[in-house]
Amino acid sequence: MAQNLQVPLLKLSGIGKSFSGTRVLHQIAFEVLPGEVHAVMGENGAGKSTLMKILAGIHLPDTGSMKLNGQEVKFFSPSDALKGGISIIHQELNVVPEMSIADNLALGNEPRTRLGLLDRRKVETEAREKLARVHSNLDPLQSMGSLSIGMQQVVEIARAVAQDSRILILDEPTAALSTSESSQLFELIRKMRSDGMGLIYISHRMQEVWELADRITVLRDGCLVSTSHRVDTSQHIVVNDMIGRDIESLFLRDERKIVPGGLSVSGLGDGKRIGPVSFEVRSGEVVGLFGLVGAGRSEIARLIFGADQVRLGSVSVDGSRVIITDPPSAIAAGIGLLSEDRKGQGLLLNRDVIDNVALPSFGSFQRFGVLQFGRIRSAVRAVSDRLKIKSSSDSQLVSELSGGNQQKVLVARWLEIKPRVLIMDEPTRGVDIGSKAQIYRTVNELASEGTAVLIISSDISEVLGISDRIIVVRDGLLSGEFNGLVATEEALMLSATGIEKPNSESGAEPQKRSRT
Amino acid sequence: MSSEKSVKVQDKESPGKSGFRFDTFWDRWGILGVLTLLIIYMSLFAPFFLSFGNAFNVAQSISVNAVLAAGMTVVILTAGIDLSVGSMIAVSGVGCVIFLNLGVPPVLAVLGGILLTTLAGLINGLIISYLMLPAFIVTLGALTYLRGIAYSLTDGKPVPIDGESPLQFIGSGAIFGVPTTVLMMATIYLLLWFVLERTRYGRHIYAVGGNKEAARLAGIKVKRVLTSVYVISGLTAGIAGIMFASRVRSGQVTGGEGYELDAIAAVILGGTSLFGGRGRIFGTLVGAVIIGVLSNGLILMGVPFYTQLIVKGAVIVLAVALDYFKGRPRS
Repeated sequence: MAQNLQVPLLKLSGIGKSFSGTRVLHQIAFEVLPGEVHAVMGENGAGKSTLMKILAGIHLPDTGSMKLNGQEVKFFSPSDALKGGISIIHQELNVVPEMSIADNLALGNEPRTRLGLLDRRKVETEAREKLARVHSNLDPLQSMGSLSIGMQQVVEIARAVAQDSRILILDEPTAALSTSESSQLFELIRKMRSDGMGLIYISHRMQEVWELADRITVLRDGCLVSTSHRVDTSQHIVVNDMIGRDIESLFLRDERKIVPGGLSVSGLGDGKRIGPVSFEVRSGEVVGLFGLVGAGRSEIARLIFGADQVRLGSVSVDGSRVIITDPPSAIAAGIGLLSEDRKGQGLLLNRDVIDNVALPSFGSFQRFGVLQFGRIRSAVRAVSDRLKIKSSSDSQLVSELSGGNQQKVLVARWLEIKPRVLIMDEPTRGVDIGSKAQIYRTVNELASEGTAVLIISSDISEVLGISDRIIVVRDGLLSGEFNGLVATEEALMLSATGIEKPNSESGAEPQKRSRT
Repeated sequence: MSSEKSVKVQDKESPGKSGFRFDTFWDRWGILGVLTLLIIYMSLFAPFFLSFGNAFNVAQSISVNAVLAAGMTVVILTAGIDLSVGSMIAVSGVGCVIFLNLGVPPVLAVLGGILLTTLAGLINGLIISYLMLPAFIVTLGALTYLRGIAYSLTDGKPVPIDGESPLQFIGSGAIFGVPTTVLMMATIYLLLWFVLERTRYGRHIYAVGGNKEAARLAGIKVKRVLTSVYVISGLTAGIAGIMFASRVRSGQVTGGEGYELDAIAAVILGGTSLFGGRGRIFGTLVGAVIIGVLSNGLILMGVPFYTQLIVKGAVIVLAVALDYFKGRPRS
């Protein structure tokens, strides 16, 4: 029964890979046992994705050997990997939303009748079987597009399992999932584990890894740093392994002078689902806005910023009332919004770093209507240095940067408008730990310089670590207010879910809703 | 905090020159390579191709298309399209000649013709950005109704310019030996380059084309930008219409039929992405020159017109394919 005696489903040794002279993987040893969830962690650029691409047959390793069930193999193409029983669930799902679940499951492998026509009935029954294998009772005739992302993911997993995959690689599977969808996914992962599958789990989220993984492998700069059983290690050790130094103070708190001014919101709402809400973020203060997915956190931010039209209530900046009708007027009032959807609502992927950073502030770099590129470049370079943005040049396309650096580009964009109020919606989602630390450092600096910072986050440890004060939203209304230094996870969760007594320590009653 | 172990590749000195980037350099180089090969080929095989006179010929013959394509580039940079520019050539030309024949001073007549299409562009732009209808459909409609307006204005007949008019200077005059239309074309390209690369508005055009929502949340008035590019396209189409009319010395109701497609071809040949946000104005000029050199060379070689069409179409597809595989960084 001893786990060590099992033949690994997959065993890599001495794997190395270089791209045009740059070594991206060096001497990697890695194995997956049947019935194991093996987490792979590392900063962006540590080599995780290259390693996974090797497993998936996209890249051929330069050195080393790969054994499946004790047999030496070589994958020359993704279909070799599939035949070997390895499937990947990518971060971006690979589905056809217009087609039904059954059609999606049959895609590329459609059963035919004797006449060579599509066998609709068989498509459907096979789909039912495939779904049953992942313990799902979805209706196969439902269209894929009508499913939530979480459900679509389940269908993708069903497709992988149906191909008799014994090893499933999950790449940041919870990035787009709500909390309840995530826990359903974890349930499924545990079932697959007890079915004897080997699961490779890639995630930035320490909590998830801790909840799921049997073993954790950490990569850094293309090298293997450690592989340890979860029970033998600690989150602190893993984080240190990932960044290669001690990260005592991920969350910094300089002496902050919190003074009146900053942002003041009263009676804000969209007249429907959100509000009215009233709160303040004073100058030099970092306020965390916590809530469950769908509680209305981002909506509140968008209302303040004028990104959505309908609004009630008023907004003041530094004590004077500002009329905000659209983003330009918010920016003119000194408010910046780092939006949560980096690619959809933030970046210009096919433009360079300069264009992305300077986008809202081009106006302050012109003379007689002509842009002064010398000044723009030096400003962008200064802010890139401040945020330690890693790019080959400031005219590199942002699509070629890592997620963490892309996020820092967006932070830089808002620093450039010299905001009085900066709202950051999920500022560190999908970001490696080094960039995360840098973003926290910047938030701390901003506050010390007297900016009012509102941080929206579903990462509870982030909210607790960074905020002077925390406000909680539930169903579009404020449901609690906490001192950031003494608040606890439990108290925040209670306030966010409303399951227990509604009163928090500061005793904020949920504000009355004007209409439903 | 202690030493950040950042592997900084940041090169502080090199990215100095304005907008110089290897990939865009490739972009430009790819299509210039096609043009160079084409010119070498034509010089070897087309009689009289390689001469100053013929170079001016080519320049003059492409000027109308190049001016149309300049405005089209700005529209396509926002991921839009303007199919109505061919009909605008007729509207502006016919309008201008009618004004002239009514005794309006030539300068005002020219401006009047251009104003008509600029207004048409404004209407296109307003419908596209404020009613949020697809540009393809809106400008397809405009293609038809603008042609209809041109027909109605003249009862379907061409209107010749009465007597001598300074308008002809545009079509057949020259300054220091350079044809007027060529100078106009050059001026428009320089102006648009300046606007796109050196003004805030230009950067906003790229941003809107790259990601509308991101642009909006960065404080850009997206609807205004979207409307304005169709105004620019109407303006350049109006100017092209005047150039056309002054060359044929009349307002032609059928003038410019199908020109929108040549303009789009020039833009795409020039490396501008139909999905918006990527491209450059001088690429379009190179694209227009390729089309011009090709037609001119084939005529000089005595290739029959029908065959010319086949070759022209094939070269367009080939050039775009080449450029796509060689230069474009994978998106």
